[in-house]
Amino acid sequence: MTTFVELLLNGLSIGAVYALIALGFVIVFRATEVVNFAHASLLLAGGYVTAVLRDDIGFLAALVVGVAGAALLGALIEFLVIRRYRGRDHSVLAIVTIGVDIVLLAELTRRIGSNVYPMGDPWGDGVLTLGGVSVPHTRVAAFVTAGLIIAAFLLAFRLTSWGVATRAVAEHPETAALMGIRLGRVSLSAWAVAGGLATVAALFLTVFPTPGLERGTSLAALKAFPAAILGGLDSTTGALVGGLVIGVTQSLATGYQSDLTFLGRGIGDLAPYLVMLLVLLVRPAGLFGTRELARV
Amino acid sequence: MTAASLEVREVSVGYGPVRALSAVSVDVPEGAVVAVLGGNGAGKTTLLRAVSRTLSFHGGTIGSGSITFAGRRLDRLTPAQVVAAGVVQVPEGRQVFARMTVADNLRAGALGARGGRREAARARERVHELFPVLADRAHQRAGLLSGGEQQMLAMGRALMARPRLLLLDEPSLGLAPLMADRIAETVREINARGTSVLLVEQNAAIALRLASSAVVLEVGEVALAGPADELAASDEVRRRYLGIADDGAAAPEGTAVEPVPAAPVLRRWSA
Ligand SMILES: Nc1ncnc2c1ncn2[C@@H]1O[C@H](COP(=O)(O)OP(=O)(O)OP(=O)(O)O)[C@@H](O)[C@H]1O
Ligand SMILES: [Mg+2]
Repeated sequence: MTTFVELLLNGLSIGAVYALIALGFVIVFRATEVVNFAHASLLLAGGYVTAVLRDDIGFLAALVVGVAGAALLGALIEFLVIRRYRGRDHSVLAIVTIGVDIVLLAELTRRIGSNVYPMGDPWGDGVLTLGGVSVPHTRVAAFVTAGLIIAAFLLAFRLTSWGVATRAVAEHPETAALMGIRLGRVSLSAWAVAGGLATVAALFLTVFPTPGLERGTSLAALKAFPAAILGGLDSTTGALVGGLVIGVTQSLATGYQSDLTFLGRGIGDLAPYLVMLLVLLVRPAGLFGTRELARV
Repeated sequence: MTAASLEVREVSVGYGPVRALSAVSVDVPEGAVVAVLGGNGAGKTTLLRAVSRTLSFHGGTIGSGSITFAGRRLDRLTPAQVVAAGVVQVPEGRQVFARMTVADNLRAGALGARGGRREAARARERVHELFPVLADRAHQRAGLLSGGEQQMLAMGRALMARPRLLLLDEPSLGLAPLMADRIAETVREINARGTSVLLVEQNAAIALRLASSAVVLEVGEVALAGPADELAASDEVRRRYLGIADDGAAAPEGTAVEPVPAAPVLRRWSA
């Protein structure tokens, strides 16, 4: 039972981090109808800036610069690349983001090489034990931080002019333009927000028990894609639920791996994709989505 | 400031190889209601897209001609700049943001306007006065409103930007006659409060009642133009757009109405 609770808590924590990533993915999709395949390398870029700077300017300042840097990078990608293809077929745009991803990833891989960058975070390898259940401090921090950021984000989405503009564009770009909403700005801000959220996620993907940021970190980030897709690509609620479902599934499947050997080895890593496929079989638009993937 | 009149001069628009408008001219003097009539595919919506600068969403471009509002060229601006200049469109089919609440739809309408919260609050008050139902349903999803209510929302949303000129694309489309009359009454009221209106309609009866002058578009060209009462009295319009059979009454003499080359007249055998 203790194991189960520990796995569940770990899963919820990692799920909240996936939700951060998925949220960025969904917000870009809603504002621009682009399936952003460069999201994982945006995450790696933000994490890399944070990891490299933390010796010189300290952890917190490095994180702030990392978040701002990835936001800027996201905005730049939108401004220099995506904007030129606006109005084109969505599949063309998706392929353009794959191109961006390849370029970014090549450069980051070259810089990171085989290094592992510890994040130098204040939580270290401390473990919180309550009634026999132990959870690393980093997992608690991840859950609380991600939860707060997501709450702030959703409030802003609901209440601010930025949120109203983004939702209007998501629903009908031409009509939004008729209201005087500037589509370019909405799209730019969505990419920036996605970059910022991804950097916070990068931090929590690379702290204890993970040794640090490495070139493979973007692979870990890829698990958030099934989260976004199973929740419904155009639904912020879906991103949250999808993130948590994937996190918990992965945690439980990894934890009970020895009991699940009949499913083959490495089921923990596969589980997110299996869950996604199962959900899509039943609900092609995802749990909360309104648009089927076929329309992407 | 120059009088806030819209001047569309000899505008031609194409969607790729498809010619949708040829040398179309329309004037909306400050404070006037001007109607644009025409059947399906005549180019009415295209004309409004040209003014609002949203042709690019459909792969359309202005080939020649000019569009000015209050002495300022609109045809080089972005859609947002056109709204800021005071020209706001209520698109065909209402296009309310169905997943957003009524209140958020109105907020979206105010995003392109100059001025701060106070102006927006005052605009909302005016809209609620004009359409009390929008206040009652403020927190409901717009997609749940009836067709007539959605038309009111679409118009209210446009009014949130405090336009000097309102472009309406078939506001009576798909509405029951009673609701269509109500919308017409509201257009009159909006106009009475100082907003000029360019009204696109297939329902010529309503449009000619509201407008002071009108143009009739046919396959992308201006077929008739003149004062609304004279158009309403003209044979051509009565037959083709008012659905009134020709009872032998000739068009009034010496009117500004220029008839188009005779077109085949279709009638039911029982008529
Ligand atoms: N996106 C487009 N691509 C190509 N042709 C188009 C496009 N939109 C409109 N057209 C063509 O331009 C012409 C004018 O269309 P428009 O929509 O302006 O007509 P309308 O008068 O508004 O008709 P309706 O009363 O049916 O709304 C039509 O022949 C139409 O087929
Ligand atoms: Mg039309």
